[in-house]
Amino acid sequence: MVAEPTASYAALQAQANAITELFNAQGYELVAPAYLQPADLFLDRMGEAIRGRTYVFTDLDGEELCLRPDVTLPACRVYLERHPLADVEARLCYNGPVFRYQPGGGDEMRPREFRQAGIEYIGGSDRPGAEAEVTGLAVAAVRDAGLKAFSIRIGDLGLFAAFVAALDIPERWRLRLHHFFWRPPVFRNLLRQLSTAPAGNMDGDDAKLLASLDIDDAEGSRARVAAHLEGAGIPLEGSRTLVEITDRLLDRAADAKEQPLSEATVKLIEAYLAISEPARNALDRIAKDANAAGLGMDEALSAAHARLDRLGEAGIDVGTVTFSAEFGRDLEYYTGHVFQIELPGRGRAGQIAGGGRYDDLLESLGAPRSTPAVGSAIHTERLLAAVRGGAA
Amino acid sequence: MSGEPLILALPSKGRLMEQAGELFAAAGLPVRKTGHERGYRGEIGGQNDVEIAFLSAAEIAYDLSLGRVHLGITGENLIRESGRDGVSRTEIIRPLGFGKADVVVAVPECWIDVTRMGDLEDVSAMFFRRHGRRLRVATKYMNLTRRFFSDKGVTGYRLVESLGATEGTVAGGTAEMIVDITSTGTTLRANHLKVLSDGLILKSQAVLARSKTAEWQPQTSDALTEILSRLDTNGS
Repeated sequence: MVAEPTASYAALQAQANAITELFNAQGYELVAPAYLQPADLFLDRMGEAIRGRTYVFTDLDGEELCLRPDVTLPACRVYLERHPLADVEARLCYNGPVFRYQPGGGDEMRPREFRQAGIEYIGGSDRPGAEAEVTGLAVAAVRDAGLKAFSIRIGDLGLFAAFVAALDIPERWRLRLHHFFWRPPVFRNLLRQLSTAPAGNMDGDDAKLLASLDIDDAEGSRARVAAHLEGAGIPLEGSRTLVEITDRLLDRAADAKEQPLSEATVKLIEAYLAISEPARNALDRIAKDANAAGLGMDEALSAAHARLDRLGEAGIDVGTVTFSAEFGRDLEYYTGHVFQIELPGRGRAGQIAGGGRYDDLLESLGAPRSTPAVGSAIHTERLLAAVRGGAA
Repeated sequence: MSGEPLILALPSKGRLMEQAGELFAAAGLPVRKTGHERGYRGEIGGQNDVEIAFLSAAEIAYDLSLGRVHLGITGENLIRESGRDGVSRTEIIRPLGFGKADVVVAVPECWIDVTRMGDLEDVSAMFFRRHGRRLRVATKYMNLTRRFFSDKGVTGYRLVESLGATEGTVAGGTAEMIVDITSTGTTLRANHLKVLSDGLILKSQAVLARSKTAEWQPQTSDALTEILSRLDTNGS
């Protein structure tokens, strides 16, 4: 175990000051979100996977709290406290500790307490402009700190959404593919299920019930499900309602009537997700595959090209940027452009900075409207270690 | 005798305490409490290099992983629950054939659209759209649940730690489903809960287990060898 922040305190502090100065100079106001956060907010938005890495505890009043594992969400709360209507454009920056459980107590490249330096650009209506600004600023910050040998990887959840929207499949399957994008093992299971037995397997009385439901008659189906439960002496217990249970049965009844996903479509999806190459080439490949399959993705693709143009204008050498279609899968709140600054071949320990667009988060935290937002965070201990360790 | 004794942790109450006592008695190692009847220390078969600590089954699992005791009898479920993977700090020497219980995933019987773990992610997504929050899973087994759900690719839930009667949390409205132990399934049925077809997390029973983190000196290792050979000779 390392005695975490003390060892390099002076160097980290100097680096933090330089980064904050750069952010300030670009119009980002320094804020200091609370370290202690309500556990609910994180767990309900980021899922149980993050809880496995979050220090969660209960205080004497029984309130469930956590040490922030990330600053984006606390920074959004600061914004909403100032602007409850979410009607103001704001550029915020921060530099402070986050806390994440590391098996075995952590080490230098994977500390359990480390400082993040980050920016959040909330309410910017020029979308590619905001994305280029935030990405460019993160790259400038690590470059100014002395990092030279790094690579940039980007992904685009919006492009995946456009791809799925263009597929000729039922809307509820699109929702599921989109939802499960985050969970590669579940995603693969889902593809297998949709291409073999879309409704899944049921047996006995439940299968008979399913077969008896009329998918165009929700009202009548509810009555049937209610009668089925009553006949079996099963009370309706818990917070899922009869409507919810019936709706899902109706989805399955509808799935049973669908043609399974064709082999060709499965291949198309797998080919899309396998794409990882220089960004312009990747977009060309996606365009070629989409054309061959008759998918209309022109609008989304030209937006992706426009973003690359803007990234170039923001000082990034686009020729060296890799586009990975799968990238973004473990960062659940992102909704569009995502990026990462990394040391090649170093795995998780080589992830120096990352960020992206998260358009749904503010509304889920109480903003009265959908609010565009883009942010980025730098893992400052890793940055310092990389600069010192010859990655400079 | 010089040096530190081997500390053997035994359950301090219930059937598990009785059965652990019978096991050692049958091996010619009768367990006796020292001090007053309600005390928590004891000795075994006149071995003065062994000291007994009577603890709750959960404490035994915890103390084994921290190396506060050398040897113990407790439920496999509790050992696997303690720590990140449960067995990196504790070695299970042998199952004992009593204290059997399954750790299972159970949902309300009225969820007729849910039969397998694979359904949960789907239900959770719909539930989130409708209620604005995740499915809550009540359990005493936070680590076992997290690992099992992650292996099954289910992530759209959140855990609610239950300290008392877990099976009542669904009817009580504090959780949508549970992970709990069951031996006959009677309690689950009485609470209108059903076990998912692939929802068996662990077939658990009482085990004899050794701490890998405790200090093992020649004398404590010898004491362990002696206890194991007595248990073997006497038909455990």
